[in-house]
Amino acid sequence: MLPDFANPADWLPWTFASLMGLSILIYVVLDGFDLGVGILFPLAEPAEQDRMIGSIGPFWDANETWLVLAVGLLLVAFPQAHGMILSTLYLPVFVMLVGLILRGVAFEFRAKAHARHKQLWNRLFFTGSLMTALAQGFMLGLYIMGLEQTLATYAFATLTAVFLAVGYSFIGATWLVHKTEGALQWKSVRWGRESLWGVILGIGAVSLATPLVSTRIFDKWLAAPQVFYLSPLPILSGLAIVWLWRMLRAMPFAEDRRSWLPFAVSTGLFALAYIGMAYSFYPYVVPEQLTIYEAAAAPESLLIILIGAVFVIPTILGYSILAYTIFRGKATELRYD
Amino acid sequence: METLDTLILSRIQFAANISFHILFPTITIALGWVLFFFRVRFAQTQDDKWMAAYRFWVKVFALSFAMGVVSGITMSFQFGTNWPGFMETVGNIAGPLLAYEVMTAFFLEAVFIGIMLFGFSRVPGWLHMLATFLVAFGTTMSAFWIIVLNSWMHTPQGFEMIDGVAHATSWVEIIFNPSMPYRFAHMMLASFLTVGFLVAGVSAFRWLIGDRSREVRAMLKTGVAIGALLIPVQIFMGDLHGLNTKEYQPAKVAAMEGLWETQEGAPLVLFGIPDEEARENRHAIEIPGLASFILTHEWDGELTGLNDFVAEDGTALHPPVAPVFWSFRVMVGTGVAMLLLSWAAVWFMWRRRDRHEGQIAGHWFAVEGLPKPILYALVPMAFSGWVATLAGWYTTEIGRQPWLVQGVMTTEMAVAEVPAPMVLGTLVTYLAIYAALLLAYIGVIAYLARKAARGDDGRAIDMSHSGKAQVAALSPAE
Repeated sequence: MLPDFANPADWLPWTFASLMGLSILIYVVLDGFDLGVGILFPLAEPAEQDRMIGSIGPFWDANETWLVLAVGLLLVAFPQAHGMILSTLYLPVFVMLVGLILRGVAFEFRAKAHARHKQLWNRLFFTGSLMTALAQGFMLGLYIMGLEQTLATYAFATLTAVFLAVGYSFIGATWLVHKTEGALQWKSVRWGRESLWGVILGIGAVSLATPLVSTRIFDKWLAAPQVFYLSPLPILSGLAIVWLWRMLRAMPFAEDRRSWLPFAVSTGLFALAYIGMAYSFYPYVVPEQLTIYEAAAAPESLLIILIGAVFVIPTILGYSILAYTIFRGKATELRYD
Repeated sequence: METLDTLILSRIQFAANISFHILFPTITIALGWVLFFFRVRFAQTQDDKWMAAYRFWVKVFALSFAMGVVSGITMSFQFGTNWPGFMETVGNIAGPLLAYEVMTAFFLEAVFIGIMLFGFSRVPGWLHMLATFLVAFGTTMSAFWIIVLNSWMHTPQGFEMIDGVAHATSWVEIIFNPSMPYRFAHMMLASFLTVGFLVAGVSAFRWLIGDRSREVRAMLKTGVAIGALLIPVQIFMGDLHGLNTKEYQPAKVAAMEGLWETQEGAPLVLFGIPDEEARENRHAIEIPGLASFILTHEWDGELTGLNDFVAEDGTALHPPVAPVFWSFRVMVGTGVAMLLLSWAAVWFMWRRRDRHEGQIAGHWFAVEGLPKPILYALVPMAFSGWVATLAGWYTTEIGRQPWLVQGVMTTEMAVAEVPAPMVLGTLVTYLAIYAALLLAYIGVIAYLARKAARGDDGRAIDMSHSGKAQVAALSPAE
């Protein structure tokens, strides 16, 4: 799995694939929770909705920027793969973009437009969040199916679309458990319990389908001795799910203790599932067609990006943590003052 | 025919997307700095009119920023969905430039805008001011990197082609390519002018519906001042940019001027209908020698005509003439209107400076001095910056055709083979969404202005605590 660090044409693509993978993971967790909050939005009372918006308001913009970084890294590091993947996924990408547009602007408009239009923007906020999540799930499904477009792969992609949308609702609910109190927190705990199945089925479907689609992946997982090295992944995932289930049955705890724990464990669970997927597909960036080494841009261009990234990405992480620290604690209604 | 249809539809779709997108960065780039100015003035004077101005415009900023972000994400995906050939050919150049934009600008803006919008009562005053500065700085960095890339597409250098793929040889040459300084300065000024007229126009609107608050005066004067001071600079900068274009992209200049034959003492075509079939301008009204004078600074200087850019088999190697010719005139015409209006406004405010209601001595300018027609003219001119900016970009981008990267690859080479009906479907949907959002955006600005003019935007300000405000309620939930 590790590249030859003496050869730039080898370790640069590997490094960029890792960076891209990391930003996709950060995106899925961070925008996952705020898209999830958008999907749960219609289930709450109007006053609670403002609180829900308050819990994601200072963050959503930066969360979405991880998607820009991820697609940007795909674009700059693996230009050929970027073209192949995105022109194949033309329509789901389009649906996702429309969803992102609607929810991003609805966020601002619902607060600033005339009161009689607020309901309309609320609906668009929900619709946009749902469209985005479904489209991303659909793309995930097609990607796992090797970007083949048949009735069967579409059916599978539809399933993953639903699972991902429910999975995002789940991580959104765990975020709300941490950021809210009172009746809304109780509701969030319930939403978490009721959407955990999406996470289980989603991870299950991906884990079963991926090795069945490709014998290469099948062998990678189930041949000895890898099967032993890899066994912590499914075992830890199972434990995390059981832990989440038990916690969400008992929460909220007295004095709001450990309200952050479900979100943290969910993040861990998402990361485990993601690492498993990354292991399956490596070294391919377009499944079974194009490896990261074949698709990589010229080493001198990658190097100049990497030099910047080494300084900039830690800085980005630093001030992102600063922002999350400033807006820590229970969400209030957002105020400009 | 199939590829041609997909090509044209993809081009219209990209043009529609980028036209919609550029409207909002054009506002946020300069509005960030104007907000920083309001914020600093407040810190210096503790005069809450500056904070009121800040609070009003920060809402417009938040709205514009969100519109810019979501339409920008659309752009970054369209590179792949519609124009895969672009990155496959020049990705080694464009990639790092885009990566630096994301890394040095997008995250800076996106993270600190949260603190700028919602952090006023949560962080110390200096940190809030720093956040405002970093957001403004981030938008400017973003403009810088994308202008570098765009300029490189007009005047590429610092690279070599190996097997049909561009490889960088000198990043200094790539970044400081010949048209970059002119284009960047031209765009920054365009942004400030757009914001100047937006601030002046919205404030004039508030004044006309009866708002006589101190912040409306401060805002109106700030807006007019930005417009009046920068429009002459912009005209000068535009001239320099034109000279640069004449050197590197003479076909574009010939199309802008509607000049068919190479000649000395070329006339300036004030009006005319370029006819590419007949290769002449119909119903032309011309001023002899003026085009040569403007572009060569000599009355009998030689200008290259469009007919010099035709292949032996008759195919045109120059851009389509009419769109370039017209958008150039719209840009210049809007610029002239900006000049006349902002200077007239300054003159009236200065001449009748004694009319100031507050009777405060030492005012150089009085908003009361503005006659009704000037105020009424300022309102629609609130969006004049948009018109001029779009017209300017159409001039330069259509003017580069048929090239995508001048002399390196044509636009046709980059397009994806997506079925034409699919592109048509997505194009129509985008257009419908963008039209609705544009109406909503302008509607909400007008609504916010009316609400602020009525004074019921929840202001009950106590600024006593070292820059931290105790405020009744001003939540996006209202």
